[in-house]
Amino acid sequence: MIDDKPGNGLTVALAALVIALFGVSLMTGPAHFSLRMVASALVSDEGVASIIVRDIRLPRALLAVLIGATFGVAGASLQGLLRNPLAEPSLFGAPQAAAATSAAVMAFGFAGALSPLVPISGIVGAFLSVGALVAIAGRRASLTVTLLAGLALASLGGAAIALILNLAPNPYIALEIAFWLLGSLRDRSLDHVWLAAPFMIVSWIVLAMNARAFRALTLGEDAAASLGVNIERVRVLVVTGVAIGIGAAVSVAGAISFIGLVAPHLVRKFYDSDPARVLLPAALTGAILLTASDIAVRLVPGPVEIKIGVVTALIGVPFFLAMIFHERRSLEDSPQ
Amino acid sequence: MTDKGTPRLVARNVTVLRGRRRTVDDASVTLNAGELIVLVGPNGAGKTTLARALAGLIACDGDIRFDEQSLLSMEARARARAISYLPQGHEFHWPMSVDNIVALGREPHADPFSGTSDADRIAVRQAMVATSIEHLASRTVTTLSGGEQARVAIARALTTNAAALITDEPTASLDERHQLIIMGLLRRIAEQGGAVLAIIHDLTLAMRFADRVVVMNEGRIVANDKPAMALTPARIADIFGISVNRVETPDGPLLIPSRAL
Repeated sequence: MIDDKPGNGLTVALAALVIALFGVSLMTGPAHFSLRMVASALVSDEGVASIIVRDIRLPRALLAVLIGATFGVAGASLQGLLRNPLAEPSLFGAPQAAAATSAAVMAFGFAGALSPLVPISGIVGAFLSVGALVAIAGRRASLTVTLLAGLALASLGGAAIALILNLAPNPYIALEIAFWLLGSLRDRSLDHVWLAAPFMIVSWIVLAMNARAFRALTLGEDAAASLGVNIERVRVLVVTGVAIGIGAAVSVAGAISFIGLVAPHLVRKFYDSDPARVLLPAALTGAILLTASDIAVRLVPGPVEIKIGVVTALIGVPFFLAMIFHERRSLEDSPQ
Repeated sequence: MTDKGTPRLVARNVTVLRGRRRTVDDASVTLNAGELIVLVGPNGAGKTTLARALAGLIACDGDIRFDEQSLLSMEARARARAISYLPQGHEFHWPMSVDNIVALGREPHADPFSGTSDADRIAVRQAMVATSIEHLASRTVTTLSGGEQARVAIARALTTNAAALITDEPTASLDERHQLIIMGLLRRIAEQGGAVLAIIHDLTLAMRFADRVVVMNEGRIVANDKPAMALTPARIADIFGISVNRVETPDGPLLIPSRAL
């Protein structure tokens, strides 16, 4: 009944898992530290251990949690707005667009990698991309139009990145950008965290403000409007929130995709598919997925660390295909 | 409960422009408490546009008032508490449980910082009883039949406890039995004091259930009268392009379409 809130226990469990994985992330690396050592290195001066834990592992672990949560909320919010479980920022080219604008700023020397101009230009890129998508998808938000528009925008983002690599003033910068584009949390400092975290937290707040509207939107836009939801305002807030979060995340970690698709989908059915209640667990699941992936890339032996963006795409794309397979009947029936 | 016959939603000289075309042209209509109005007209007559304007969802020229207050001056949630609107085609995008869908009708009453109130629980319960869907409460809405979904949609609209209910083709794509059930339900809502307007394509149903029939054609209201007066064979031939036979039955006069003209 309406008073049963299925899944609340799961939310607590997910939160506990985020904390546990955060701890494991701080323990993971070439130097082996116990949990106790990690804890004391964080709060007191333990020499080299403190430097490793605080300056190398802590930023990485924090960014994984923040960025994973950002992608989880952004995906769940776009899905709520477009009423479509296949809505995902990276399918719409948002990370690609953010990466293109951030890369342009860095490649042509307008700003260093730690300048606030980098996340801001990423946000502008993501805003243009998500804004264009929501504008093209329009009131009906038909699946076919949405996905085709997303495909076009993602290709445009890819072309812009190629152009920047093409025109990069020297090969080192081109190589640097190419690696950064693969998505990684390696060698990030607390400065990166301070640079991106405020934007990401603002994006969570902006998106969470629309939770009840997402729930009403399950009845379609007219019915939601008749229940007092201001649809235009919701659109603007979602586009803005997604752009701020994705733009900031991409500008410090490169293009990381599919967390926004996978995280909400994994938890949705435990929350009666209620798009309002899915937001928080989707954020926690996003944090879990990205932190776990970031731990995994450090555990895989080899001379070169696999980029985390590669891992999320390798897991995410088959997952996406499975979702298409699973939903293909409703996709075939969807109005054109 | 407001006395029967009290005007609740009053539209005067409503015009809606889409580009250069007058989708709704100088339409005036009043929804009274305790009355079921059926709005009929051929495809493209402007019925849905008028219904959306009456629900306050689109801008229009003219004046629409709920209990003397202009819709334009009402805050969106206050308007939503006054007028329930049920769009065509009952969309349910997420596989949510029926009771959670029905509870969405309480959204205009909700305080963002509090959970479900007793009033919410009572309203959800009453709406589900009225539409005979209590046994479906924990079912997933997307797995229900068309007739069940139509009743869930109406329950959702009833849960708001709004004075006016505007519904766009609530019987579309339902079998005959469910068409009668849904019309009977709308009839009962009106009898309990609701001001109800339903867009219906089936003239036989309109004749049988309406207190008043409003006929639209090319954006204009061409008749607004008791069913037998509004739906004369001559007018039906003129506007709908069909000839009908009128048959007297114990349930009242029925219209039976015979051929396209």
